Amino acid sequence: MDINFKRGFDIPLKGSAPCQLDGKIREGTCAVRAIDFRHITRPKLVVSVGDTVKAGSPLFFDRVFPKVQHTSPASGEVVEIRRGEKRKLLEVVILMDKETNFLSFPSFAAEKLSELDRDQVIDILCRSGLWPHLIQRPFGVMADPETNPDAIFVSAIDTSPLASDYTFLLDGEKDCFQAGLRILRRLTPGPVHLSISGIPEKQGFFPEVAKEEKVILHQVTGPHPAGNVGVHIHHIRPINKGDIVWTLDPCGLRQIGKLFLKGQYDATKRLSITGPSAAHPTYLETISGISIKKVVEQQQIDPEAVRVISGNVLTGSAVDAEKGYLGFHHHQITLLPEENRPEFLGWILPSFQKLSVHRGVGLFSFLNPNKLREIGTNMHGEARAFVQTGAWEKFLPMDILLLYLIKAILAEDYDEMEALGIYELIEEDIALCEFTDVSKQNLQMILREGIDLMRAD
Amino acid sequence: MKFLEKIVHAQRKHFREGGKLARFYYAFEALETFLFVPEHTTPRSGSVHIRDGMDMKRMMVTVILSMVPCLIFGIWNVGHQSYLATGVEGISCATKMWIGLQVVLPMIAVAYASGLGVEFIFAIFRRHPVNEGFLVSGMLIPLVMPPTIPLWQVSLATIFAVLVGKEVFGGTGMNIFNVALLARAFLYFAYPSEISGDSVWTYIGEGAVVDGYSGATPLAVAASTVGNQEAVPVLDLYEGVWKTGLYDIGNLFLGLIPGSVGETSTLMCLIGALILIGTGIGSWKIILSVFAGSYVMGLIFNLIGLNEFMLLPPHYHWVIGGLAFGAVFMATDPVTASHTELGKWIYGFCIGLLTVLIRVFNPAYPEGIMLAILLMNVFSSLIDHFVISSHKKRRLKRVPAVS
Repeated sequence: MDINFKRGFDIPLKGSAPCQLDGKIREGTCAVRAIDFRHITRPKLVVSVGDTVKAGSPLFFDRVFPKVQHTSPASGEVVEIRRGEKRKLLEVVILMDKETNFLSFPSFAAEKLSELDRDQVIDILCRSGLWPHLIQRPFGVMADPETNPDAIFVSAIDTSPLASDYTFLLDGEKDCFQAGLRILRRLTPGPVHLSISGIPEKQGFFPEVAKEEKVILHQVTGPHPAGNVGVHIHHIRPINKGDIVWTLDPCGLRQIGKLFLKGQYDATKRLSITGPSAAHPTYLETISGISIKKVVEQQQIDPEAVRVISGNVLTGSAVDAEKGYLGFHHHQITLLPEENRPEFLGWILPSFQKLSVHRGVGLFSFLNPNKLREIGTNMHGEARAFVQTGAWEKFLPMDILLLYLIKAILAEDYDEMEALGIYELIEEDIALCEFTDVSKQNLQMILREGIDLMRAD
Repeated sequence: MKFLEKIVHAQRKHFREGGKLARFYYAFEALETFLFVPEHTTPRSGSVHIRDGMDMKRMMVTVILSMVPCLIFGIWNVGHQSYLATGVEGISCATKMWIGLQVVLPMIAVAYASGLGVEFIFAIFRRHPVNEGFLVSGMLIPLVMPPTIPLWQVSLATIFAVLVGKEVFGGTGMNIFNVALLARAFLYFAYPSEISGDSVWTYIGEGAVVDGYSGATPLAVAASTVGNQEAVPVLDLYEGVWKTGLYDIGNLFLGLIPGSVGETSTLMCLIGALILIGTGIGSWKIILSVFAGSYVMGLIFNLIGLNEFMLLPPHYHWVIGGLAFGAVFMATDPVTASHTELGKWIYGFCIGLLTVLIRVFNPAYPEGIMLAILLMNVFSSLIDHFVISSHKKRRLKRVPAVS
């Protein structure tokens, strides 16, 4: 199915990385961050400081999902276990060996993958630490290994600001990716939907691998959030109450394919360093959970004046430039200027710089829509009551009345939340609406509160 | 500006918790954020890291800008009508503006002072930031008042509208009724002699009116035919008005007629509509459907034809009275209008229908747009309710596009 999205907006942010690798970083420390896994409520550590681990050795698991291990991306020594308030587990830090030792898992020939037993596949994925790549919709939490999804969706197009091209991230990994698709087919009785860019130059090897049985290819075009998997689900197989589908990032899919072909948890990934504050936007080859300090060393940033974000500017989270680590699901670092200065009469003085999707007195950015801009972290205003109507919907290509859904969440009205489509949304889908919101409300946080209410119910 | 920034920020400590003036914090904050957009940055996680450059203050200023053509024309027209009525000719544009300014500026000042006073007092006692919504209401209120209105009534109406129309519902964004229209409706019911009849719509000042002068507005002239078996067609009455050509269609469209300060000129309202629609702040669906609704009702009345007002060509309804002003600036108030896109069509269309209906059937007070909008303010949530119900049903019936 081909989908052409009209609603949305591509934020013209400065600092995209040219598609070429600028070195490898595989030294120092890396970490597995418990906060990357939303399902974790009662983690149980299985290592302590001083233990040596291999790539793929379990570090901790959650007592609710005892089968699902969270494993080390590299071999080395556990040097620190960081805890937050009330001893909440934050991250397990590993000092990497020079040469990676892999814990070995069963490996299979590519043509045998389609014959594997579902339980065996689940068992290997859970033990290897790759299971948490599988995200369940509704709610955007880790998939439950005990459930059977109606379909699995993979979006191999990323339209978020300064996003990487998946054809470059997965360059030369066609076999692993294809193997991953075969594994996914073992996990669901339904189809595996692979959505890719409608632009032929950005399709890479994806059309070839989608020739597998029960893999359905979709081509999408349009501005952000056209690449969001949630938007694809809405148009291809909308979920109502009781439906469950799983989603997966293509980089995670590649790791899964490699696990079954080679019998190793290879956490290698290409990482883009982007953003207006990056001195040299670039790509590095590194591993999951790498230390931020290592990867931003070349960027000459002042930690006071620059915000380091693991992920993109819409959905990522800020990390400490000294002590932070890359998020499990992320393959992008964005460096943004901290704009923490008051602006004299900033609400009325004319500006050609200030980017806005809206039209208003003195906002002239629309005269030069393609100019790449240095956008900082300022709120550009204060939080206000919802006044404008019909504005968010221009940035959400779904048949959802977002204003009413948000109000239902604030009113904690469970029936309304359900009827208005909370099952179809997670934070990333409405991040663009939040960016454009004139009332400066934190819509993603409100939506997560609603999702948490529904999950608890 | 560093210098000013330092001075202002140095005052902050007095208004912080524990400071001497802590209870006035939100009043201080309102003034501070008027001077400086604050240094607030986006949260470090769970939210977007960059934000759009538009904020509520700029949006409201844009709405005020869209009213400026109506305001300037209205000021001039107050002077113009005054000299027409007294029969003085050869008066310069500047002099007419000067007369108008003397009438209109005090009204604006009183409306803003009264309304913002209430807003600040509520912000201080209810401990919430001052919202910008009143910046628009405060400009709308003088524009929908007759030029002869006593200033104390402007003040009283504004205070009533802000208090009962807005603050008791929880403040900006929570109100059911359009604040400016509520101010006008308050005066209409509390002090009808100052806001209805034939003598309030023209500012006369010191002079004496010419022979044959009548202050009846086109709407009042049309309404006078209702219930009168021997009435001549309304258009003949317009032709025979005391000043030749005063109620020609061209004059009506331009707004060179007596009426409330800012609402006489359809042309100026359309310029405002262009700004509102061009910026996307006002809903073109509402504006268009108000005009469409009134035209349809006018046509239906043409077919029934019980009296001469019913037989008025429908497009005349667009240029007499405050229909255009109400359609562009009042019906589009996003808080009190329907919030769903389909709802906006229905909401606007019903306002148009009701306006003409009230004009023809309520000759005691023929200005229908005010009551029509206030009535539809009440029904806007109901319209939304039905639109949302059908939306929910449609969502349940969805089937996979690909299985």
